[in-house]
Amino acid sequence: MANTHTDSRFLGGPAGWISILLPLALFGWFAQHIPAVATGEVLVWRLDWVPSLGVSLGILLDGLSLTFALLITGIGTLVTLYASSYLVGHVHYTRFVCYLMVFMVGMLGLVLSDNLLALFVFWEVTTVSSYLLIGFDADAAKARRNALQALVVTGMGALAFLAGIIVLGTAAGTFEISAIEGTLTDHPMYLAIFWLFIAGAFTKSAQVPFHFWLPNAMAAPTPVSAYLHSATMVKGGVYLLARMNPTLGGTDIWFWTLVIAGGVTAVFASLVAIRQTDIKQILAYTTLMALGTLVMFIGVGTPYAIEAAMTFLIVHSFYKAALFLMIGVVDHGTGTRDATVLRGLGRAMPVTMLVAMVAAASMAGLPPLFGFIGKEFMYKAALDAPAMIWVLGCIFSASVLMFVAGGIVAFRPFVGKLAETPVKAHEGPWPMLVGPVLLAGMGLTFGVMPDWAETLVRPAAAAVAGGPVEVDLYLFKEVNTAFLLSLATFGVGFLLYLVHGRLRAGLSRFKARFDPGWDRLMDGVAAGSKGLTGMIQTGKLRRYIFVTFLALALAMAASVWRADLTPVIPPLDDLQFKHWAVLIFIVAGALLTAVTNSRMTAVASLGVVGIGVALIFIIFGAPDVAITQLLVEVLQVVLVAVAMLKLPYLNREYVKTVRGLDLILALSVGALTTVIMLAVQAAPIDMELTRFFEEASAPLAYGRNIVNVILVDFRALDTFGEIAVVAIAALGAYALLKGTRRPTP
Amino acid sequence: MTSLIVRAATRLLVGLLLMFSIWMLLRGHNEPGGGFIGGLIGATGFILYAVAHGSKAARVALRIDPQTIAMAGLGLALLAGLAGFIPGDGLFAGQWLFIGATETDKGTPLSTILVFDIGVYLVVLGAVLTMVFALEEEV
Repeated sequence: MANTHTDSRFLGGPAGWISILLPLALFGWFAQHIPAVATGEVLVWRLDWVPSLGVSLGILLDGLSLTFALLITGIGTLVTLYASSYLVGHVHYTRFVCYLMVFMVGMLGLVLSDNLLALFVFWEVTTVSSYLLIGFDADAAKARRNALQALVVTGMGALAFLAGIIVLGTAAGTFEISAIEGTLTDHPMYLAIFWLFIAGAFTKSAQVPFHFWLPNAMAAPTPVSAYLHSATMVKGGVYLLARMNPTLGGTDIWFWTLVIAGGVTAVFASLVAIRQTDIKQILAYTTLMALGTLVMFIGVGTPYAIEAAMTFLIVHSFYKAALFLMIGVVDHGTGTRDATVLRGLGRAMPVTMLVAMVAAASMAGLPPLFGFIGKEFMYKAALDAPAMIWVLGCIFSASVLMFVAGGIVAFRPFVGKLAETPVKAHEGPWPMLVGPVLLAGMGLTFGVMPDWAETLVRPAAAAVAGGPVEVDLYLFKEVNTAFLLSLATFGVGFLLYLVHGRLRAGLSRFKARFDPGWDRLMDGVAAGSKGLTGMIQTGKLRRYIFVTFLALALAMAASVWRADLTPVIPPLDDLQFKHWAVLIFIVAGALLTAVTNSRMTAVASLGVVGIGVALIFIIFGAPDVAITQLLVEVLQVVLVAVAMLKLPYLNREYVKTVRGLDLILALSVGALTTVIMLAVQAAPIDMELTRFFEEASAPLAYGRNIVNVILVDFRALDTFGEIAVVAIAALGAYALLKGTRRPTP
Repeated sequence: MTSLIVRAATRLLVGLLLMFSIWMLLRGHNEPGGGFIGGLIGATGFILYAVAHGSKAARVALRIDPQTIAMAGLGLALLAGLAGFIPGDGLFAGQWLFIGATETDKGTPLSTILVFDIGVYLVVLGAVLTMVFALEEEV
């Protein structure tokens, strides 16, 4: 993918360095707020966005959102720097950078929004930009399919989430996260809110059974995998759960749903990770494991568990982004990512090896890396948790398997004798090494200096817990159960690593494939919509009109029945000769239209009906309406007469078969309309609007023709909408008519 | 349909119909009429011309594509609505100018309402002619 063209522009040209400096500047801006937030301060800025819907663009900067914002902008800087070299000279590099920036803005908005509706908008911005980035290699059918899968899964979850937001907003009386007071766990709508939010969070953060899209999303270029599908976007669901913990957490259903789903995801994903041979896929599944772990500990909800979750969140972002970028360098330098092929790269790629080993050591939880602290605190939280056996069992098995995965990913490829690779192994260029080196270095720094990490973990944990949390991170204090568990993890992990080849072969025999089912489902949806469309859109005008009037008749019948309307026959003795004449005129026209066998006669007699209606308007003093009616009737006859030249001959046999049904429908519509009109006439009419327009027309709008004044002044916006419809209908008709013309040979 | 009488009469009628349509448009605020009716009458004039001389000739006589007329009308109506913002009123708030107004006589009133109505006129004229011409050429 990379280096297919030569391009010597420094850092990918303007698009490149803008995309690097922007996140860097934002990182600096967020970093200056660390001291204030570390003391427990919550910074809020607010800007009205859609005031009528109560949507404001509030920025809420507390420990949780600051931690996320720093990860997003910090890793963003390193990833864009990396991409400037990884995708150097790619034809669509600029487009790639645009998508990445859109994503970054969306992700920042997601974690900073104080308003749930704004949060949702940004949530969807990340979904859409993720779709574009997974499908970046749009020529590959697989990339397109996987992008669509990610979009559909997360998009469906997002719809549920939106519904959840609306229910929550109604229940809490506000959409501002900071304004929600207390918990909603006793609210009658709690269960609905809970499940809708869970649907959004679990699809976004790929929890079992919605996990299958994430490994497929690795079709994206490596910087995207490192950034979106490991360090940031997939943690959106985790962020949501953490953010909602004070409002929705603490119930049994919250606990069990999160703990079970998270635990299953963590263990299942680590098992599948060991099975893979593609290192990028291994990393994809270990990401699932991390997400599962985070969800599980948020579910546990004790102060220890939240502290552990927030620590692990930072730990994971560092080592996983570093490893993803590292495997990109390896792929770039050797042409393969196959764990069974790669061996002995250490001599050719010393910096990469160093990064890989430090980051993988953090993943495996070895001291003195930050990963060790993360694992220690997870064990401590697990020992302290309700349902201790389950939580501890899950986290222990997952940690052991992480140890094995770390060995496969970062140890084995670099030691031993150099293996044959498609490209002669060589080190990557410096922009591709800065990111992994810094990230791996951060894992080491935070491990040695846990106090630095505390400044972020403490306010973050406080925000999740909804109150101050005692946080004290340390590398080693005493020999306790958690420490012994760590030792056991290393021991078992080492043994399993020695036999990982056989382990992989054994696991490969179990097939847990979701993709064939997904493809069948999508095919089914496509076939279903095609069938449905074919059923509704028959292309027969008679059918459309019949259905339309049938719906009208049913709606009228329903309202007559529900409102219990009784038609009142008005006295007929004040009817004059002219009224009777118009009545007979119209009825005669209608009857002729119904019984004639000639289209031309039908059109003409329908025109007679229309002119009769125009006469009624004239008699009752509505000249504007009458003129319009008259003109429209004339135009209609002209149009139909022209169109008729193109119509096929009338099939008289067919007409006979449907005429009975049409007659029944026509009679019903007519009868129902009459009943409703008579009932409406019997009720007193509210003349307030009429009086207002009569009185206000001349003094306010300087016009004496009320109809026109209403059209162009009082209701001008409506009229504008109507003429827009007229114009668009004309264009549509034009396109249809011109589109059906066969090309002249 | 292309009899000499029809063609000769059409020449006269089209002009009359067009003048009539503009008259209807302008009087609409106080008497029956307005942009919608005016547009329909104007369209009738050109349709008559198309019936007598063919739609190609009618297009030539119209000079501008009917779609363009419809879209221009829509834009004009929108501009008339947006003008309400200039003095700080809302969208589609009518703005009036009375030229030569005195104590007793309001002079010649000009307004964004009239501009809006002209927009309606053009949309209706353009839209109807778009459909009719396309249909006639199709046959």
